[in-house]
Amino acid sequence: MKMSVREQWFSNVRGDILAGIVVALALIPEAIAFSIIAGVDPMVGLYASFCIAVIIAFVGGRPGMISAATGAMALLMVPLVKEHGLDYLLAATILTGIIQILFGVFKIAKVMKFIPRAVMIGFVNALAILIFMAQVPHFIGISTMTYVFVAITLAIVYLLPRFFKAIPAPLIAIIVLTIAAIYLNVDLRTVGDLGAIQRSLPSFFLPNVPFNFETLQIIFPYSLALAIVGLLESLLTATIVDDMTGTESEKDKEARGQGIANFITGFFGGMAGCAMIGQSVINVKSGGRGRLSTLIAGLFLMFLIIVLGNLVVQIPMPVLVGIMIMVSIGTFDWSSFTYLRKAPKADAFVMLATVIIVVATHDLSIGVIAGVILSALFFVAKVSKINVKQRLEAGKTVYTVKGPLFFASVDHFIASFDYEMNKQDILIDFGSTQIWDDSAVGAIDKVMLRLLANQNNVEMIGLNPESKKLIDRLAIHQDPTPKISTH
Amino acid sequence: MYPHILLAVDGSEHSIRATEEAIKIATLSSQSKIEVVFVADFSKAKDDVLHAEGAAGIEVARRKKLAPVEEKLEAADVSYYVTILRGEPGPTIVEHANQKQVDLTIIGSRGLNSLQEMMLGSVSHKIAKRVKCPVLIVK
Repeated sequence: MKMSVREQWFSNVRGDILAGIVVALALIPEAIAFSIIAGVDPMVGLYASFCIAVIIAFVGGRPGMISAATGAMALLMVPLVKEHGLDYLLAATILTGIIQILFGVFKIAKVMKFIPRAVMIGFVNALAILIFMAQVPHFIGISTMTYVFVAITLAIVYLLPRFFKAIPAPLIAIIVLTIAAIYLNVDLRTVGDLGAIQRSLPSFFLPNVPFNFETLQIIFPYSLALAIVGLLESLLTATIVDDMTGTESEKDKEARGQGIANFITGFFGGMAGCAMIGQSVINVKSGGRGRLSTLIAGLFLMFLIIVLGNLVVQIPMPVLVGIMIMVSIGTFDWSSFTYLRKAPKADAFVMLATVIIVVATHDLSIGVIAGVILSALFFVAKVSKINVKQRLEAGKTVYTVKGPLFFASVDHFIASFDYEMNKQDILIDFGSTQIWDDSAVGAIDKVMLRLLANQNNVEMIGLNPESKKLIDRLAIHQDPTPKISTH
Repeated sequence: MYPHILLAVDGSEHSIRATEEAIKIATLSSQSKIEVVFVADFSKAKDDVLHAEGAAGIEVARRKKLAPVEEKLEAADVSYYVTILRGEPGPTIVEHANQKQVDLTIIGSRGLNSLQEMMLGSVSHKIAKRVKCPVLIVK
């Protein structure tokens, strides 16, 4: 399945060049809008999209996937930018890169496979809701014309692709409505009101932050959150591209590549980014398969900014808002409503909890971590069901234990025995269980000591070798003078 | 009569009705073979990945969708095989049918009204227009 480097670059030249151009056109409005969400100049998102796309084309693990400035990352940066400014964001971007490279080197990407479905669904839904909420201040209660332009934008992006697909509909909406706004002299806020556009290539510089522990303290929590969320979305996107193309990708290489891209981008004045689901889908749909498509997307984006920079500042904000509403509708997982009804209650709860926590904290990483912990707790609760059956056989009382015996199931295990018995023959069958930990051995001790205290004759059978080893090492009930209170 | 019959399915009610008609035609001749084509829709890739457990899970979910169709074909003892393609359903089926030079294409119709057809686009209509072989649209 693995392709040679040559194939990854040049097996689909025509398709890759065309798709790359389409993606570059679709990237511009998003890169600008995500910069505005993060609270920085549009150039920060545009430079990031250019740098990340170009670098990931060479070092990524999933050919044909598009990485650039993204909404998920932009949303995480908001407080950092507000309190400390752009230079700290650039420093955080560099640190995010370092953390992601380490994640890639230590193969954390493999661990991310264990993030439950419910949490991933909650993640994309929360992301969609946050992107939508970020638009609200830009269109609610500003002016009637603002509503009109948002509505027209939505009409264009949803209806036009039915008839005409060659140029991305969002770009058509931007061109048509920007011209309309200028010629009809409509009073609308523009991108230029929120930041400046420079028509130059990004250049290398060090972020202007003190190089000390205090700076690290400020940026580290953000960088860690950015690293986690960036990898999460990148690996999800990689799986989607794998599925669409019927090929496989190298997940750890992708994690390292994302790190390298962010690390370098920080030095060129760009904000941290990651893979984009929507743009990658556009790329594959438009015929992009190889690394060349990602490279062309980045290069053509920069070319357009240098050529069209003057026009970009005149784009009316309501048009960008409309496009972002489309992005959030596209990001939301609409089959979640069926999922809520059909999935196990615990999973549905985890999904909802992830969404609610993210929307309440405005932090995707907290939601994901909380979701994972909740899922783990539900999992423990589910597997901690232990079943102890009691029956009489040839004058002996036989207990059969079924299910794993570990810290979460010991209480039920202990409560399952009849401690009123006196001078009886008792047999405990551990054939269908596994003794997992110290608490389990402790519980067995407790049961044994109580039963032995009533002069019963107790025998344990069916312990598998690992369980037996653990008991021989840790148990005290064979000790002639034990105290129950030890456990 | 029709040695190579392409039966386009998506696992819906309509594709099961189409399967029934395909069986009627295929059983007319012992040389007929049905190729069941399922297209993993690009625009549903995100949903499929989110709601499945890993790459193997996605494959299983797709085969499950085809299960009722396969059951019917097996019960009728018709010779068939399954092809899973990736892309936009309409164009992907057309390209495949023309490339493999199939003798007959059978597809179920969702029965959309004209507004829905404008919004959603009728897959069966597109196929009927562009496939270079007889097409049977099952209502």
